[in-house]
Amino acid sequence: MKELNKQSIEDIALGAALLGTGGGGDPYVGKLMALQAVENYGPVKVVDVESIPDDALIVLTAMMGAPTVLVEKIANGGEFKRAFEAMEKYLGKKIYATMPIEAGGVNSMIPLAVAAQMGIPIVDGDGMGRAFPELQMVTYHLHGITSGPMVVTDEKGNVSILETINNKWSENIARAMTVAQGGSVMICIYPMTGKQVKDCAIRDIMSYSEKIGASIRESTKKDIPPIKQLLDEIDGYELFKGKIVDVLRETKSGFNFGTVKLEGIEKYKEKNCEVNFQNENLVAKINQEVIATTPDLICMVDTDNISPITTDALKYGRRVVVIGLKCNDMWRTEKGLETVGPKYFHYDIDYVPIEKRIKEASNV
Amino acid sequence: MYRLGVDVGGTNTDAVIIDDSLNIIARIKVPTTEDVSTGIYKAVAQVLKDTKIDKKKINYAMLGTTQCTNAIVERKNLCKVGIIRLGSPATHSIEPMIDWPNELKKSISENYYILKGGYEFDGREINPIDEKEITDAAKDMKGKVDSVAISCVFSPVKADHEYNAAKIVKDVLGDIPISLSSEVASMGLLERENATILNSALMTTAEIVTEGFVSALKKEGIKNAKVYLCQNDGTLMNVEYTKRFPILTVACGPTNSIRGASFLSKKENAIVLDVGGTTTDIGVIVNSFPRESSLAADVGGARTNFRMPDIMAIGLGGGTIVRKDESEIKIGPDSVGYKLTEKALCFGGDTMTATDIAVRLGMADIGDSKKVAHIPMDFAEKTMDLMTAEIEEGIDKMKLSAKNVPVILVGGGGIIVKDKIKGVSELIKPNNFPVANAIGAGIAQVSGTFEKLFTLSDKITRDDALETAKKEAFQIALDAGAREDSIDIVEVEDVPLAYHPGNATRIKVKAAGNLI
Repeated sequence: MKELNKQSIEDIALGAALLGTGGGGDPYVGKLMALQAVENYGPVKVVDVESIPDDALIVLTAMMGAPTVLVEKIANGGEFKRAFEAMEKYLGKKIYATMPIEAGGVNSMIPLAVAAQMGIPIVDGDGMGRAFPELQMVTYHLHGITSGPMVVTDEKGNVSILETINNKWSENIARAMTVAQGGSVMICIYPMTGKQVKDCAIRDIMSYSEKIGASIRESTKKDIPPIKQLLDEIDGYELFKGKIVDVLRETKSGFNFGTVKLEGIEKYKEKNCEVNFQNENLVAKINQEVIATTPDLICMVDTDNISPITTDALKYGRRVVVIGLKCNDMWRTEKGLETVGPKYFHYDIDYVPIEKRIKEASNV
Repeated sequence: MYRLGVDVGGTNTDAVIIDDSLNIIARIKVPTTEDVSTGIYKAVAQVLKDTKIDKKKINYAMLGTTQCTNAIVERKNLCKVGIIRLGSPATHSIEPMIDWPNELKKSISENYYILKGGYEFDGREINPIDEKEITDAAKDMKGKVDSVAISCVFSPVKADHEYNAAKIVKDVLGDIPISLSSEVASMGLLERENATILNSALMTTAEIVTEGFVSALKKEGIKNAKVYLCQNDGTLMNVEYTKRFPILTVACGPTNSIRGASFLSKKENAIVLDVGGTTTDIGVIVNSFPRESSLAADVGGARTNFRMPDIMAIGLGGGTIVRKDESEIKIGPDSVGYKLTEKALCFGGDTMTATDIAVRLGMADIGDSKKVAHIPMDFAEKTMDLMTAEIEEGIDKMKLSAKNVPVILVGGGGIIVKDKIKGVSELIKPNNFPVANAIGAGIAQVSGTFEKLFTLSDKITRDDALETAKKEAFQIALDAGAREDSIDIVEVEDVPLAYHPGNATRIKVKAAGNLI
């Protein structure tokens, strides 16, 4: 079993910021929770999806609520001990391992803290392979797995178990509880068997994030251009390189919507690019021609130090490289595209895999 | 009536005398000394000698200094700090100072307590504070700490727990300096707590800095002056306030340089290009104040949420080395630095620098232009184009929009900058630019900042909240010594909290005014 030390956690945080495709927020508090847990309890053990016993119980752990509250009212640290006890009692079974729900922001880090503290392994997988804005946008949902029973807990010691009729109700009830409990709670959801995890988890996300993070950290130390190293490492496409000339933002029903406009530099001179986002980057166009859409990953990195840029940090004058990455094949199925394809986000665009778009595009 | 402005930088200590109409009537530059105060003393003595003014007529003396920053970076003269964080049962998952450099942590504190207390975002108590718990913690610290730092969850929303805890600590430990997080910094518990701990650690240094300046003034016969120190945000604080909040001085250097440039050029909105020997710092003036960085500021390895000026440094200055690699021209990033007059071609040295290129092109008349005559003209032009492109890109990155902006050029390396730069509406090279920092100190205003999370409803509209915040900021500026009729609201920030139900918004207002 592989072990993660403090450096691995720093690297995973950096890598997850890239896979967060602009969303997920600042993982700082989550990262410190993980580092503190490693300091107190020792390194985190990682287990491959394939080596989990079929009948083992796996749960996802995450925070729910406002990141702006979490940076003030930091977790107690005992939340998951209580949540696990409640879940184990309710299901009559020991929890074998935990797993992240997504590969971006604070929730890519919290399961690491949980694993270290509880002395259980973390599964090298997740339910998105990136970040998405809504709770049902996970591969487990595609396989008909429901989020319940779900445990909601806070720093004070309150523990609630939700058994709901569907995922939407879990979301609604848990949201209301979050407000009552002070704006941020810790949750344990999607209890699954090892078999189910094997059927529907996206593999190796932890190792992948770590590899990306290490590559970004080390990139300035070699002679090869940093962006080339990164693209080789992640098998990504350079879609565009340009300067931000405009950022339009709008906040609607709790989400940050917006468009960033880029003017090409170097070999992209005379071209322009536009990226639309809803927390995460969703659609990229070059000279008005669509070049990539959700669920494929659209990421932006700084041209100088290739550090990932979140949608909050987009501002006039920044030089960025727009990168495209293939999403997991599960997202490319009919149900996958129904859940996270461009049409779900109200874009009148048919999904075409990024590799196909690039082959056919006149502008890349 | 006169003002004396002093700025301590890494290399030089500058002093200026400014008269009533804000004319610069004397200026001096002396090398910064290791103990800093000798340099200050020399600069003050020199600049006074250069003028014949009546010392009694100096009624303001301002100091911008790096001593507090140095104390943290060098871990010198730091106090032992007792840390109390109110918020239990929340926050135990991350202990204080978890990501600090070990050395800094060790030299400041081993005594911390996470105790009951703290608030929810809307001001509800997480828990009441427990008097006995705080008394016990204070007893435990007795004899082990020189000062105390108290932080509390959501204290920017409500600070009563911090005030009450401070009273209890005082009852046990007597007259010990106590820093409260709600008075030091803003939202973000860990960053605010870090800033508060650093502030507490600087109590001795604050004493040394302020007493040193006051005694240097006395020694020179300046007895009637009100004494101020410069803050990160380009405004002033008096000696008493500085002794309580020394951490607020940590980034005043770049701020003063930007403010000084703004004053000298009479521009309220512009980009400042400060070209040194090794690097060029690019900053932005918005309504006569430096634009603040949105990134968390790192102070000696500890993450804080201070508002530092947004500065971008590029590796190009007067001493930057120019090389020719086969067909390619390579500019820097290394520099001959302060050895320019020894190493540069135009001074008879053997290294081609950015300055030599400027001399070859006739842009500057320094050294001996014959010594650079062998540089091919087209090579010099190409090199200048590349350097200019680098500067243009830097300016463009700092701009807020595609519109052309005025640029103020300061700093000794300014000769390498062409008159015509893309994206620039006018290039201003003010007089007295070498002492822009000290001028920035001399003309600084006093200010007040108010920040709070408001929950909006029918009873409290957004306009009501803004009005309350403006009044509070105005009052804080007034209390800090600003002349009432000169106080302006210089900054209003209103951030609706995303994901946050119940329509909450965080409002931050800054008011600033001239000295009386």
